[in-house]
Amino acid sequence: MSASQTVDQRTADDSLDAELDWPVSRVRVENLRVAFLVGGVRREVVNGVSFDLAPGECVAIVGESGSGKSVTARALVGLAGRNGLVDADALEIHHADVRRLSPGQWRRLRGREVGFILQDALVSLDPLRPVGAEIGEALRLHRWGSRAARASRVIELLTRVGVPLPAARARQRPDQLSGGLRQRALIASAIALDPDIVIADEPTTALDVTVQAQVLRELEEMKRRGASIILISHDLSVVAQLADQILVMRAGEVLEQGSAAQVLGAPTHDYTRALISAVPTEGTRGSRLSPVPVPDAALTASAPASAHTGPILEARGLSKHFRTPDGGLTRAVDGVSFDLAPGETLGIVGESGSGKSTTARLVLGLETLDSGTVRLLGQDWSGVPERRRRRLRPRISVVSQDPLSSFDPRWNVERILVDALAASEFRGAAARRARAIELLGFVGLGAEVLERFPLRLSGGQRQRVAIARALAPRPSVIVLDEAVSALDVTVQAQILDLLVALQASSGVSYLFISHDLGVISHLSDRVLVMKDGVVVETGEPDEIFRRPSHPYTRELIASIPEFDPAAISERK
Amino acid sequence: MTALRPSSTSAAGTAPSTRLAALARRPWGLYAAVAFVALLTVAAIAPQLLATHDPLALDYPLSLHAPSWTNWFGTDESGRDLYSRVIFGARESLLIGLGAAAVGIVLALVLGSLAALAIKPAAVVVDRVVEILFTFPALLLALLLIAISGPSATTEILAVGLGTAPGYARMIRGQILAAKGSAYVEAATALGHSRSRIVFAHILPNALRPLVAVFALSVGQSIVWASSLSFLGLGVAPPSSEWGALLDAGRQYIVQAGWLIVVPGLVIVAVALAATTIGRHLQSYLERGEK
Repeated sequence: MSASQTVDQRTADDSLDAELDWPVSRVRVENLRVAFLVGGVRREVVNGVSFDLAPGECVAIVGESGSGKSVTARALVGLAGRNGLVDADALEIHHADVRRLSPGQWRRLRGREVGFILQDALVSLDPLRPVGAEIGEALRLHRWGSRAARASRVIELLTRVGVPLPAARARQRPDQLSGGLRQRALIASAIALDPDIVIADEPTTALDVTVQAQVLRELEEMKRRGASIILISHDLSVVAQLADQILVMRAGEVLEQGSAAQVLGAPTHDYTRALISAVPTEGTRGSRLSPVPVPDAALTASAPASAHTGPILEARGLSKHFRTPDGGLTRAVDGVSFDLAPGETLGIVGESGSGKSTTARLVLGLETLDSGTVRLLGQDWSGVPERRRRRLRPRISVVSQDPLSSFDPRWNVERILVDALAASEFRGAAARRARAIELLGFVGLGAEVLERFPLRLSGGQRQRVAIARALAPRPSVIVLDEAVSALDVTVQAQILDLLVALQASSGVSYLFISHDLGVISHLSDRVLVMKDGVVVETGEPDEIFRRPSHPYTRELIASIPEFDPAAISERK
Repeated sequence: MTALRPSSTSAAGTAPSTRLAALARRPWGLYAAVAFVALLTVAAIAPQLLATHDPLALDYPLSLHAPSWTNWFGTDESGRDLYSRVIFGARESLLIGLGAAAVGIVLALVLGSLAALAIKPAAVVVDRVVEILFTFPALLLALLLIAISGPSATTEILAVGLGTAPGYARMIRGQILAAKGSAYVEAATALGHSRSRIVFAHILPNALRPLVAVFALSVGQSIVWASSLSFLGLGVAPPSSEWGALLDAGRQYIVQAGWLIVVPGLVIVAVALAATTIGRHLQSYLERGEK
């Protein structure tokens, strides 16, 4: 009774305003709170999210891992989970209170009124069902049309999201489609019933930039047709493309909220500022990305053990073929050549399947070459057996994307680092332990980490330990294979700052491999652009980004979401 | 009624119920299994502490008596106390189980490691040998061995060990191959460590972690296997009160004195259950340690 009273009162007071200039809000969230019961203990994960979403508008929730952004999205559609406690002062979809809906009522609402696009299409789609059937299922469950009408609707939807040959694709299973096509199929199933509201949770995170650009275009098109979009992302450049309103979240709290121009162009909260300045681009070259200072010890990192003046690495005509399951051959790497000078950073950029990681493995001698040669410090490296390579191994080290799996799960940090000192001049347990502490200092970690297991460290700490391990033998070159790709943007900024500082003090060379053009252009002295195993373009980042000569490079650069906070604030 | 505030009911009401729930969550099965194994260990080391009678003392007037206060598990055809015979049989039964499991695991360890780590031609040969062994039903292998060297406890241990080895060998091979292909082994290679150092520092310790649990599971399985061989008259000979032999002897009186076959049967089931329970808990404990 009291609830209806307030509603009546408000409609009476505000009816004039509402008719005049208030947008019709499709989603109204006021003071949303979500908590989880973990072992009988209440843990708050979202505390006080509020926003109004009008037709044709996009609200973006931005935050790093653990910020509560995904939980917020799930709570909006009643998917917070069985031990999730959702509470709000108002939670309305189409002016209907959805706080007390039963699971059955939610099911009717989802799909028809609210479409949900999840991050990972490979796990969100049924692996055994053709994608056409999956999309048709959404229609069938909501009793949409006849069987024949549904079949043609599926083709129409796939066409709309830009899937080429939709009729053939509809008969294929998710594992037969590329990542981009899968993601688009998932979008097609989410919008099958033309929902007015679309929630997209990290819709482009696992995608290559060119595919990401296609998906973003599709979302923009939906917005133009009047759909309301709730976009969840950690990626400010993606958000900048689409959002009208932005909420910045951290640890369950909304730190800053406002129009996109306001939040990106004139941020008021320090965290928002840190987020924005953490995005590496060509323009950030030479400047620090993170407000967190680089550890002083990083500036004292020791020089490589070998003082070599010629090229550290000489790769000539590297080729590697793999046999596909159907008996054919794929050319993973085909005739790749480059030199790496002391103290230089060579960036290799390419999309998935471009052969950049295989190139890294060939250079590291972890994969045998079909043809070509690699010389390390002027000595034969690729042509000699592993036994003879071992002597030179300490001169080249590696940091991979997933540091956790590269550590023996039974070992703590001390053992990991001491083990990496086996071939060094440090002899005896005490000397090695002291060196391990020194190495941790270089990467900004304290001696207390020694006893910890990598599993108990944060993603950023793990990557720091991996870098410390790579520095241990005082290498001449470190191969960084997507070394910052799995990190949150503020952590990524710290690690990139650290890498720059370590290089400046020690003079180590980096072979930096990434799919992220922003990171590559921030860090590299020279860039190699790879596609289908071949180097399509090479040069300094300036040339490549300003005057790309190869059509593929042009496409790649055009796909980078524009991210220039100043330009955004002028736009609106 | 109206005074009952939700907060006070929850404060008063949840405490005992959560305590009860916590009590229910405790691994009672594991406790029971450990207690049972402890009891059997005492029986195996010092059976006279637990036995009520001399297991070999004949007392014909008392033959085939049903379980009673004096003869807890009843008596057999010669009037021997079944409870005491089961207790005295524990040592042999457990030794056969442990021995067979040890033989099986050690054999599997050698074969599995060779198949995964030896140089190409040798590894392929070992792999094929394991596969050939695998195609024989374990019982057939056991029978073959017994046919060659005659029934005895030692043959039984070897037979059961040989019968179970191929399965474990495949498992160990898979474990080693998984560790061999892991990113941490690659990282160690990139650091320039020697092959033997990588095998002993990384591959074997990680691959063999689950082996403790597998061994516990295998002991239970081996006791069942050994008992079935004894039951078929292919194991330990009758004067012994090994549990399989008890089953074999009791078989003739199954109609008049069912307890002669039910009691040793239940003991074998209980041992297998206890070993499996302990093994499973070890397994999940080790897996949790990895996460």
